[in-house]
Amino acid sequence: MNLSDFFAQTSELLSHPGPHSQIVVSSRVRLARNLDKKPFPGWAKKPERIALMEEMKSAVDFLPQMVSAFSERMENLTLLDKQVLVERHLISCEHAQKSVGSAIVVNPSQTLSVMINEEDHLRIQAILPGFELKQAFSIIAQIDTGLEEHLPFAFHPKLGYLTACPSNVGTGMRVSAMLHLPGLVLLEHMNKIINSVNKMGLVVRGLHGEGTDAIGNLFQISNQITLGEKEEDIIERLHVVIQQIFHHETNARTILLKQQSETLKDQIGRAYGILNHAYSITTKESLNLLSLIKLGVDLNLFPREVSYPIDSLFMEAQPAHLQKSAQLLKMTSQERDSLRATIIRDKLNKIPEPLLLKE
Amino acid sequence: MFCDVCNTKEATVFLTQMIEGNVQKLNLCESCSKLQGVHDPMGFALADMLLGLGAAQEIEKTSISCPVCGFSQRDFKKRGRLGCGACYDTFTEGLSVMLRNMHRGMVHTGKVPIKIAAAYKRASELEKLKKLLTSAIQKEEYEEAGAYRDLIQKIESGEGDHEKSNDTCQKIIQEMLPLEDFSKTTVEKFSIKPLKLPPPESSEDFLL
Repeated sequence: MNLSDFFAQTSELLSHPGPHSQIVVSSRVRLARNLDKKPFPGWAKKPERIALMEEMKSAVDFLPQMVSAFSERMENLTLLDKQVLVERHLISCEHAQKSVGSAIVVNPSQTLSVMINEEDHLRIQAILPGFELKQAFSIIAQIDTGLEEHLPFAFHPKLGYLTACPSNVGTGMRVSAMLHLPGLVLLEHMNKIINSVNKMGLVVRGLHGEGTDAIGNLFQISNQITLGEKEEDIIERLHVVIQQIFHHETNARTILLKQQSETLKDQIGRAYGILNHAYSITTKESLNLLSLIKLGVDLNLFPREVSYPIDSLFMEAQPAHLQKSAQLLKMTSQERDSLRATIIRDKLNKIPEPLLLKE
Repeated sequence: MFCDVCNTKEATVFLTQMIEGNVQKLNLCESCSKLQGVHDPMGFALADMLLGLGAAQEIEKTSISCPVCGFSQRDFKKRGRLGCGACYDTFTEGLSVMLRNMHRGMVHTGKVPIKIAAAYKRASELEKLKKLLTSAIQKEEYEEAGAYRDLIQKIESGEGDHEKSNDTCQKIIQEMLPLEDFSKTTVEKFSIKPLKLPPPESSEDFLL
């Protein structure tokens, strides 16, 4: 499949909002796997890295789950295409910097992706809309089992699956959920949450994982420990913690509605005003404001059917998606900011004013 | 909580450092913290600590490298990533401190690749059968010993690859030695329960 056709398809994440997706935007599980007795990608010499990539790519292409998948060597992708894949959470920022000797395979519904020769030989990922950690795990466990028939994985009797970084050794599994938490942010309770989550051995990160800012009130929560705990236990722990955060966020929204409706009205009204009248807007500002509109939709201040256009703006407002839609190879950030403002205005113009303001 | 270095005194100095985006924690007692130069945060590298005691100095002296991929401890210090799977055995000493700090235990308890699980099972079957064989010979129960010997031969020749290995074979083994089941993690156990949340209460309840 060629890349433009591929990108033209909407990702599963947008087309079918999953369970509890108002707060739990997506659920993701990734496994790190390496080939037995082979140097890790960062240490292998180029010819060996290429040979291993080809071997793994055919094994991945051969999987029944990867029928009519998008499968490409990284050197054949433009910087822009790679960035679009990052924004769709299909590859990591690190993988986007790879070229010769690395590859990417993504299934048509964009719920499964396999990064070949990232930091590890294989990074297998399943991402589902909504609160679906267990489902994501069961999908990925099948892929893992399918691959191990053809590829001998590096496995240590004591340490489990071996990985390039010791922080992934054992299960090689990182489970994460993307949460939209505007209520907790508005009530300034996020720090408390982050502290408690850290105490549980879990980590809170920004939109694009490690080292990125929390913009658009989106937070990624994931496990840190990979050795000494079973996959099921790791998932269960994260599941329970996310349920609790879900509860706190619901709570926060109720408090905002009942006790601080003035603040809420003000925030959502301003967001609506700015997005409707801005002629130049950065990614960060637009996502932060869109988050408030999304909150407004969840609280029924906007009609239900607005939900889809708003959710898709979260993706469309990001730099690479924007540039891809303009079909320009080069754009300055000012040009992007003004195009972003235009696209958002066009969509928001069709959305009625928030109901609260008419009271 | 005891000091991570001497393991005898109570830890009073708690360190947190970001290395490659990962948070590393270290608890030290008063005297060990001084020895490690913790009073001077710029001069102290948690990485050295995690690599094993005085790893920085040790590296210069010993400079072990991995027999499989040629990766050295110095490379690890520079890159924060290992060279190949065998590096885990090569640098086991330094790594074990690091792993203890990062993880919840030192032994993997999760999924095992099917082929490896089968190999483990076979190896443990063989080991147990060989023990039974020896004891049967010692007790001069030659008929039984003969049966064990045949079984061992079958397994070793690969004939005992399990579907083929005849029922009696399996039966004898199972009756005599209850084996640990290494077979892969069952995915079916994960039914998805619908989310049940208690009704919203006050916002003060943040104890997760």
